[in-house]
Amino acid sequence: MPKDTGIGAATVRREDVRFLTGTGEYTDDITLAKQTYAVFARSTVAHGTIKSIDTSAAEAMPGVLAVFTGEDFADVGGNPAGWLINSRDGEPMKEPKRPVLAHGKVRHVGDAYAAVIAETVQQARDAVEAIEVDIEELDAIVDMNAALSGSNFVHDEIGTNQCFDWGWIEDNREATDNAIKNAHHVTTLELVNNRLVPNAMEPRASIGSYKASTGEYTLHTTSQNPHLTRLLISAFVLGIPENMLTVIAPDVGGGFGSKIYHYGEEALVLAAAKRLNRPVKWTADRTESFLTDAHGRDHVTKIELALDKDGKFLAFRTDTKANVGAYLSNFSTATPTFLHGTLMAGNYTVPLVYVNVKAVFTNTAPVDAYRGAGRPEATYSIERVIDKAARELGMDPIELRRKNFVKPNQYPFASAAGLEYDAGNYDALMDKMEEVADVAGFAARRAESEKNGKLRGFGVNAYIEACGIAPSNLVGVLGSRVGLYDAATVRVNATGNLSVMVGAHSHGQGHETAFPQVVAEMLGIDPAVIDIVHGDTSKIPFGMGTYGSRSLAVCGSAVVRATEKIINKAKKIAGHMLEASEHDITLADGVFSVAGTDKSVTFGEVALKAYIPHEYPLEDIEPGLEETAFYDPANFTYPSGAYACEVEVDPETGKVTVDRMTAVDDFGNVINPMIVTGQVQGGLAQGIGQALLENTSYDENGQLLSASYMDYTMPRADDLPMFAVDHSQGTPCTHNPLGVKGCGEAGAIGSPPTVVNAVIDALQSGGKNVTHIDMPVSPARVWEAMQ
Amino acid sequence: MTKVTMTVNGKTVSGDVEGRTLLASFLRDDQGLTGTHIGCDTSQCGACVVHVDGVAVKSCTMLAAEADGATVDTIEGQANADGSLNVIQQAFQDHHGLQCGFCTPGMVMSAAALLKENPKPSEQEVREYLEGNICRCTGYHNIVKAIMAASGQDVTAIAAE
Repeated sequence: MPKDTGIGAATVRREDVRFLTGTGEYTDDITLAKQTYAVFARSTVAHGTIKSIDTSAAEAMPGVLAVFTGEDFADVGGNPAGWLINSRDGEPMKEPKRPVLAHGKVRHVGDAYAAVIAETVQQARDAVEAIEVDIEELDAIVDMNAALSGSNFVHDEIGTNQCFDWGWIEDNREATDNAIKNAHHVTTLELVNNRLVPNAMEPRASIGSYKASTGEYTLHTTSQNPHLTRLLISAFVLGIPENMLTVIAPDVGGGFGSKIYHYGEEALVLAAAKRLNRPVKWTADRTESFLTDAHGRDHVTKIELALDKDGKFLAFRTDTKANVGAYLSNFSTATPTFLHGTLMAGNYTVPLVYVNVKAVFTNTAPVDAYRGAGRPEATYSIERVIDKAARELGMDPIELRRKNFVKPNQYPFASAAGLEYDAGNYDALMDKMEEVADVAGFAARRAESEKNGKLRGFGVNAYIEACGIAPSNLVGVLGSRVGLYDAATVRVNATGNLSVMVGAHSHGQGHETAFPQVVAEMLGIDPAVIDIVHGDTSKIPFGMGTYGSRSLAVCGSAVVRATEKIINKAKKIAGHMLEASEHDITLADGVFSVAGTDKSVTFGEVALKAYIPHEYPLEDIEPGLEETAFYDPANFTYPSGAYACEVEVDPETGKVTVDRMTAVDDFGNVINPMIVTGQVQGGLAQGIGQALLENTSYDENGQLLSASYMDYTMPRADDLPMFAVDHSQGTPCTHNPLGVKGCGEAGAIGSPPTVVNAVIDALQSGGKNVTHIDMPVSPARVWEAMQ
Repeated sequence: MTKVTMTVNGKTVSGDVEGRTLLASFLRDDQGLTGTHIGCDTSQCGACVVHVDGVAVKSCTMLAAEADGATVDTIEGQANADGSLNVIQQAFQDHHGLQCGFCTPGMVMSAAALLKENPKPSEQEVREYLEGNICRCTGYHNIVKAIMAASGQDVTAIAAE
C-alpha cells in the first residue's frame, strides 16, 4: 500500500472534477417533471399582529396554483428545539411554538406569513405582491436589556422574553465569587461577540415532491444532515411516517451551521406538493438568506479573571446574555450553554469556573450554531481577558498563558468547567507557533512598520474546543433530545469495488476523498475502487450529519468499525477458501494469507466468493459482504491550538491590515493534510471576517440594515493574507479508533481573539491607552478609540 | 417574449425569453447549463461569471436579450477537448482551490479572464482581480495559489503547503 494514497496522504479531491466542470448538482440545479415554484410573503416589520390576510387577488393571478397561509398549518406541529436547558432554579426553558408559517403574529423581518405556488417563479413572485395583508405593527424588541426589563413580549403566551437563566457549574458559584472577592488581582472585560450571518454561498433551496400512488414524499434540500431533517419533519412538524419520507441533500454549497436546521420552507414545499400532486421548488434569494438563515454568535458578556500574585489563574466568572432571536432554532439552546460554558476553563488549570447565561428572545432572526458554535464565544472571552490581564500585570502574554497551561503529564484532565480533556500539549503548540510565526523577528518588523508610519501589533491566542459531537450518554444528561452517534455501511460488491454509505454529509469537507483513504488503508486496496454515498436517507443507514467537526471523529469511526467487521467476515471467507482457520488468516496489501504458508487469496477473490457461495459452510457464513456500524463516541475530542496574528494599523484612518496569520493546531492524527489545511484556512478567513469586517446590524425597529452583500462585509480576497498553517504537533485522540479530533471549526474559533489582541497591541505600541474595541474592529471604531 | 440566439460554448442556441430574463437564468433554466450559479441578488458574489464575447461578465447583471448574437462561454465549456481539466481547472484541483464548489465556476471563469489580460499576475494582482468573487470556504489562499500556479509561476514558497 503506497503511503501516497492511504491515511496521511494529501490526495487531491475526486469530487473536484464535477465542481470544476460545472456538473455538480445542487438543489436549485434539479428540475423535476411538472415542477412548480414557491415564493414566500415575508413580514416587512419586526413585530406585529396579523389582522387579516386576503389572498383572493393573488389566487386569481396568472399561473397561480395555490396560496398558503399560517392558517393552513395551524393544526400541525412546530419546529422543535433539540436541547432542553433548565434554568438555575430548575425551571425548564420556555419553548414557544415555531410554526411553518407565522400565525397570529409576525416576529421578525422576513418571518414568512404566506406562500404562493405558481407555474413559474416569476408568476409566484408577482402574485406575492398581490397578497393583501394587514399587520398591526407593534414595538420591536431588539435590545436584550430592554427585552428582559419590559412588558412587551415576542411570545405573549410565555409572558417573558427570557428563555432561560442557566448557571454552570452552579455548585461552584459561591466558591468562584469568593475567589474573585479575595484575589490578588481581578481583570474585568465587557465585550460583545458580534452577530454574524453564516453566508454559505449556495442559498437555501428545497424541492418537495409527492407520489400519490404510494403516499411517498421526497424532499431535496440544502441540508448538512438529511436524516435529522427527516426526523424533525416526521416526528414533530408534519407527522409524515419516516419510512414514507426520503430526504436528499445533493451537492450542498457550504453550510457552516446554517443548514443543520430544519426550516419551515421545507415543510411548506412538502405540504404543497401533496396538495397539488406536483413537485414544488423554492430557492432563497440572498436577501431572504440574510433575513431567515439562522444567524450566529450575538453574545454580550462580562468576564472576570482572578489571579494570584504569581499570575496563576484562580477563577473565571462569566455573565452572558445570548440572543436567540424570535424563535428557538433546533440547537439554539445548546450553543450558548453546553458548547460555551463547558469550555470556559480554556487550556488552563484554573480551579474554578462559573458561567451564567441568560437567553433572550428578540424580534430578530433566530440565532443558532455557526462555525464553532459557542466555542468561539468562550475562546474570545477567555483569551481577551487573559491578554488584558497580562497588560495590567506587566507580564508577557505568552508566558502568562504557559504558566497556566494544563501540562502533558496531567491527562486525562478534569477541567473546572466539567469536561475531561483526553490529550494535548499546549506548550508544544506554543513552541511551534513561536517558530512558524517568527516571533523573534517581530521587533524588526515593528520597527519597519513604524518607519512607514504604521503601528504593528502582535496578538496571540491559545484555544481548546470540544468537538466530535458528541457522546450520547453525556449529552443526554445535559439535555440533548437526540443521540449524536453516527453510522456507516460498507458494501463490498461482488466485483470487488466498494460503496460506503455514510451518515455524515459533505458540503465542502472532502468526504468523498478522505473516507476512502481510511477504508483503503485498512483493506490494503486502491481507494479508487471505493465510493462514498451520502446525503440520501433512502440509501444510507442513518446518520446525524455534519457539524461540530464530527464527520471523521464520529462517522469516520463508524466507517472503521464497519470495515473491521468486513475484515472479520472476509477472513472467514478466506479461511474457507484456503481451508484454514480464520484465526490463521492475515490481511496485508489487499491479500489474505495463511500465516506461515504461501497460500493466499486476494481481496477481490474473497469479494466474489462472498456473492457466489458455492460449497459454502452456510451454517457458519452468510452470503454477501456488507456490514453496518453505529458509533457513539466515548467523549468529545479536544483540538487545541496556538495562533498568532500581526496587524498593521494605519493611525491616520484606523484601517487594520492583517499582515501575518499563523495557526498551529493539534488535530490528533490527520487523514488528508491538504484537506485539513484547507479547512483551517477557511476558518481563519471567517474568524478574521468576524474580527474586522462582518457585522449584523438591526436598527431599533428591527430592520436588518446589513441584508445584502452591499451592506454586510464579506471577507474578499484582498482583505486577507496568505496563512501559515501547521498541524505537526498532533496528540492523538485517545478514545476513537483513528486518533482524530476534527478540524472544521478551529480556524474560526482561534482567530478572532488573536486578531483583536494584535490590534490592541498595535494601538498600545502607539501610546494609546486602548484596552478593548468590540468586533468588528472597523476603521471607524479604531479611529474613534485612538482619539 | 423575445427570441434570442447566441453561441454558447461553441453551439448556436436560441430561445424565447421575457424582457426581464437574466442571462444567468437563460443559461440555467432554458439551456440547462446549471454550472453557472446564482449566489446573490446584487451582482456581488461572482458565482455567475461567464464570458460574453471574451469578456468576463456577471451573468446575473445582464439581460438575456442583451446577449442576443453574442458568443457566451460558461464553465461547462472550459475543459480540454478530450474532457480533461484545463490548466486552470487542474491547478484548482492540485492546490485545493475549492471546497463546496459553489463559487468555483465563477472563480475559474474570472481566473481565465485575468490570465488572458495579465499572464503572470502577482499575488496582490490576483487578490484585487478577485474582488468581485466571494468564496466562503477557502479563505482564498488556495485559490490565489492555484491561479498563480496556472500562470506557470512557482508557488512552492507560499506558506501552508
